[in-house]
Amino acid sequence: MSKLNITVNGQIHHLDVPESRTLAQVLRYDLGLTGTKIGCEEAECGICTVLVNGTPVNSCIFPAFKAQGREVQTVEGLAHDGELHPIQQNFIEHGAVQCGFCTPGLMMTATALLNENPDPDDHAIKVALKDTYCRCTGYASVIAAIKSAASEMRGEGPLPVNEPDVSEPMHAISRSVPPQYVREKVTGAAKYTDDYCFDGMLFARTLRAAYPHARILSINTEKAKSLPGVVAVLTHADVPGENLHGLVYRDWPVLCGDVVRYIGDAVAIVAAETEDIAAEALKLIEVEYEPLLVVGDPKFAHSPEAPVLHPNHPTGNLLKHIKVRHGDIEQGFAQADYIVEREYRTPTVEHAFLEPECSIGIPPGVEGHEKLTILVGSQIPYQDRNQIALALGLPEEKVRVIGTLIGGGFGGKEDITGQIHVAMLAQATGRPVKMLYTRQESLAVHPKRHATIIRMKTGATKDGKLVAVEAELYGDGGAYASLSDKVMTRATTHATGPYVVPNAKIDCYAMYTNNPPSGAFRGFGVTQSAFAVESNMDMLAEMIGIDPIEFRRINAQKVGTTTATGQVLRESVGLLETLSHVEHDMVTSDGDFRWAWRDGHKAYAWGLACAYKNTGLGGGAPDRAEAEVEAFEDGSVEVRVASADMGQGLAHVVAQCTAEELKLPYNRVRVLLCDTDLTPNGGPTTASRQTFVSGNAARVTSALLREALTRSAAEFLDVPPETLYYEEGLLRHNGKSVELGQLVGWMKANGLSSKVRHEYHAPATQPLGTGGDMHFAFSYATQAALVEVDMETGAVKVLKIIAGTDIGRAINPLMLQGQVEGGIVMAMGNCLTESYIVENGIPWTNLLSRYKMPSIKHAPEIISHLIEDRVSTGPYGAKGVGEICSINTSPAICNAIYHATGVRIFSLPVDQDALLRAIRAGQTEVYTAWHDVR
Amino acid sequence: MKLWNHYHTPHSIDQALALLNQYQGKAKVVAGGTDLIVELREGHHPIQEALIDVTQIPELTRLTTTDNEIYVGAGITHSEIVKSAVLAARATCLVESCGVIGGPQVRNVGTLGGNVAHALPAGDGTTSLVALDAEAEIVMNGQRRVVPILEMFRGPGQSLIDSTRDVIIGFRFALCGDNEATAFKRIMRPQGVALPILGCATWVRLNPAQTHFEVARLSITPLGPTPGRAAEVEDVLIGQPATDITIEHAIETALQILKPRTSKYRATGDYRKEMIAVLLRRTLQLAVQRARTGQAIPEGIGME
Ligand SMILES: Cc1cc2nc3c(=O)[nH]c(=O)nc-3n(C[C@H](O)[C@H](O)[C@H](O)COP(=O)(O)OP(=O)(O)OC[C@H]3O[C@@H](n4cnc5c(N)ncnc54)[C@H](O)[C@@H]3O)c2cc1C
Ligand code: FES
Ligand code: FES
Repeated sequence: MSKLNITVNGQIHHLDVPESRTLAQVLRYDLGLTGTKIGCEEAECGICTVLVNGTPVNSCIFPAFKAQGREVQTVEGLAHDGELHPIQQNFIEHGAVQCGFCTPGLMMTATALLNENPDPDDHAIKVALKDTYCRCTGYASVIAAIKSAASEMRGEGPLPVNEPDVSEPMHAISRSVPPQYVREKVTGAAKYTDDYCFDGMLFARTLRAAYPHARILSINTEKAKSLPGVVAVLTHADVPGENLHGLVYRDWPVLCGDVVRYIGDAVAIVAAETEDIAAEALKLIEVEYEPLLVVGDPKFAHSPEAPVLHPNHPTGNLLKHIKVRHGDIEQGFAQADYIVEREYRTPTVEHAFLEPECSIGIPPGVEGHEKLTILVGSQIPYQDRNQIALALGLPEEKVRVIGTLIGGGFGGKEDITGQIHVAMLAQATGRPVKMLYTRQESLAVHPKRHATIIRMKTGATKDGKLVAVEAELYGDGGAYASLSDKVMTRATTHATGPYVVPNAKIDCYAMYTNNPPSGAFRGFGVTQSAFAVESNMDMLAEMIGIDPIEFRRINAQKVGTTTATGQVLRESVGLLETLSHVEHDMVTSDGDFRWAWRDGHKAYAWGLACAYKNTGLGGGAPDRAEAEVEAFEDGSVEVRVASADMGQGLAHVVAQCTAEELKLPYNRVRVLLCDTDLTPNGGPTTASRQTFVSGNAARVTSALLREALTRSAAEFLDVPPETLYYEEGLLRHNGKSVELGQLVGWMKANGLSSKVRHEYHAPATQPLGTGGDMHFAFSYATQAALVEVDMETGAVKVLKIIAGTDIGRAINPLMLQGQVEGGIVMAMGNCLTESYIVENGIPWTNLLSRYKMPSIKHAPEIISHLIEDRVSTGPYGAKGVGEICSINTSPAICNAIYHATGVRIFSLPVDQDALLRAIRAGQTEVYTAWHDVR
Repeated sequence: MKLWNHYHTPHSIDQALALLNQYQGKAKVVAGGTDLIVELREGHHPIQEALIDVTQIPELTRLTTTDNEIYVGAGITHSEIVKSAVLAARATCLVESCGVIGGPQVRNVGTLGGNVAHALPAGDGTTSLVALDAEAEIVMNGQRRVVPILEMFRGPGQSLIDSTRDVIIGFRFALCGDNEATAFKRIMRPQGVALPILGCATWVRLNPAQTHFEVARLSITPLGPTPGRAAEVEDVLIGQPATDITIEHAIETALQILKPRTSKYRATGDYRKEMIAVLLRRTLQLAVQRARTGQAIPEGIGME
């Protein structure tokens, strides 16, 4: 221990801390300033940024004693006496906060910028924020917020918010209200799982497999157990219940005892007094392995030589064969004048949510918890509880899962990571136990987006009508099933694209391999098939000699269309409208529109693509969510659902639905999310379903509460109930009125409940193959991308994206626009920068520094149109938005690259090296991607 | 995870050397820590008994100009280099190369000394120091020495100095005078690690009439295990008219003799060859233009 004298946010501290501390550790652990977040500890993500003597530094690699005698400024120092700093205020106003995990870093970097440059332009902002990442927003709102803050700080007042146009705004619906918890997120007060600490808390670590595929011969934990400070070391033998978990198939061991199937498999877990001791203990656990043949890719997995990874699975390594049969493809292709058939490849993609996984287990009787309690930022709290209970051999009622704020999920926080492990360790030690994954562990462990190989054959007539699609997809499911079945089903059923295709035969093979598992990822398989669909569409258009927009218009799904799964679309098919909005901005409003042009060694071109994506689970799965709404004597209302808000904004959606039904001011509605004891089940936060199902649950339940309130108010005021109306927290009858709070008091006094719980059931769907409604709604999108290709280097830049997105109803227009912008930039990563590389089961991508996601410097200009083609069963007409905005960006960019260069890309992410070599060699097709450079 | 036990911040070179001596190989010099601490965390080095922070030593944090020469302390950060008006005008390539390292947070602490000591075949700051024909002032084995920059590198990641024992004090090089100028550009890929596919720094001196190349120094990296100069290509330029035709001749020669390698997940050899042509053309044209006009405004800072 040594003396560290530092001033933090104006306050002088004389601390006694180890010299080994980083500045981030001193701030978070020694000073409890948990507003500074840790995302990677590699100096890559920048979210740990604080100012040292006014200069932004990455506190995760900044030795604390380097700050000796200096002044440190953190996010907690921005607001003064409860008054937000203009940067904080403008981040809120401009919708620049989604999950909020990056927000402190972005704001501190921005603070330093504005101290130096009171009037930064886009370029200056991009330079300053280049290595401070945000995975949610797409950066447009961040740039707007910083410019507006600068203007305000110069005394020129804030700048107008770029709010999208929407139709028929209501009382609270279609209003850009601020998201829930946003004030906490900009002040650093927001608590994510790692920000919680409890007395006597232990720290846990996991021993991972040493091989991607091996038999475990023995595990010896004696040495680890005897290390001072180690409190528990557990293995498969200590799993009290069933040693398995899994969302669809229960095939994933809690702790491996016989075989390891991927490098992220857990073999043993340790709880110790400190993280360092826990890490040290891992090195002392002795495991003997017999390495087995590694199944490194899905095609090998399908071959007879491949070892069978899950002997109990009835179809061997074939996790699932998914089929779509529609019409007669032989007849279809016989009618075709033009046929395109190509093979496409998409890589494994990592969510790279900025908050690594963290779970805390608290044993019963500790910290006032009656039950075994797990704190975790999870997308599916009730299924977590179910899986924890089964593994611990406990009834579900004995387990409570409390959802904390989530620093991004995107599908990557649906599967179990540390939840069961901390439950076991808490149970075994009788103390609270925290397990925080390092970024590197997070990269190795959680399921990713499926790598796919897609062969797609599309036929059309010479007058531009699609007649048949035949496709074969291979999906790398990795070591465990996770959500492969569902994800690959979506890839398959959407493989015709949003078009009328009378004949289709599509086969998808989801395979087990020894790679990290694949599961849910924004887009849910449709991202992959859309790349193939929309590239083939452009190729066909060119062969036929028809404009790509016109070709899509001719074939677009409309009301009355029958999809390839046999569903008749009865309403809310906004594709044509998205297409015409995009066409208007791209073509009509530009006097001399050209698809492509040159300027020196730069080639510029537009490309376009369409997409559709189901809302909800579909396929016959019962899709429901329950909500509870309670009114209080202070005139406030709380709405409770166990649905997750990982930054996408579910919390404000349910609050807005409740505020709407009760005609309450939005700020009178509180939201309680994700507590299996206090909030009813909202089902998984996946499949773009929560606005629809939990939004509907909040809407219907609030309406039921309104009926109860109306009845009481009628009695209280002695007027007929039909004559009552709601206004700003009052129930009125001409002349007479009662305040909501007063009414609740009266109800309580009269033994009446002001709480309603109701389960909403979404419209029924049918399983694939039965021909009925597979889904209750689809969202539609068109995107056009303007790219610049440096013809001397092959470097590709996206300059502009025009997006038309049909989401039924924009419940919160500004935050919805944030979803669209964030989805687009994330999809640009899928197209241009991201590939999670695995070499025969061993991830090369073991560091964040090896995985580049789009930074602010990649952020294009985004013009977004929200199209509101209402779906009658949606809440106020809304359908899903989370995924639809992230699907067609990649093919739009690749179509643009083709127009610019004459070279078509068949494998992602685009490799500038191969692109340039193709340009030089006069080749027109590139079948290799970045990861093929070897 | 704990990565070091003790942290010392000496205020003189002697103190730093004494501390290193005291820890007998179990301590390392640290400057910005943007390489060292990241590598410690990745497990590339054992946990250090101590880190010796050299960024408070006056000799290492000085940036001084005497006549036509400049001294840049090894502890000067990339941000300080970018902010230096003298360097921007008269050693433009160094500003352009240090200006594209990492993001602002990395440039605010990362140092030129650290970039050289890390000894990567294509460290950006290093690439420009080679074109500037810099000399390094070091203390090695307790002896103060001045060595030409190219002698600082032993192999990929291997420096002449041993940072458990030795210290780089600073760098000295001539500033550009009349008819002299420099330029730096690099090619990155948007995927994978932040190492350039190719970096290129050029230094040229034109004759007083500004019609011909008098001298040229070309630093193209990575072309081998250590940074180096493309001497045969420089020869093609010397004494020839400062025109695009000469530049194209130099490029032809470069493509004949330079043999860039394919490196996994970074670039194919063929692509690197293409980039040698592109970068030589772009930097030489820019340097010639700067030499002629006597005006140099650094390009690409913070974005490339
Ligand atoms: C996100 C990120 C992006 C980066 N991008 C780039 C890039 O684009 N281009 C590039 O070239 N580099 C890049 N780097 C690498 C790094 O920032 C630079 O190499 C930097 O210049 C290293 O300086 P430092 O002061 O941080 O070195 P440190 O990490 O402190 O030290 C590096 C090594 O040098 C030794 N050392 C440091 N100073 C001295 C001295 N004065 N005497 C003796 N030994 C010394 C240390 O012992 C250590 O072995 C990046 C790093 C990160 C984290
Ligand atoms: S840069 Fe510090 S946590 Fe990522
Ligand atoms: S809001 Fe930026 S990472 Fe989530």
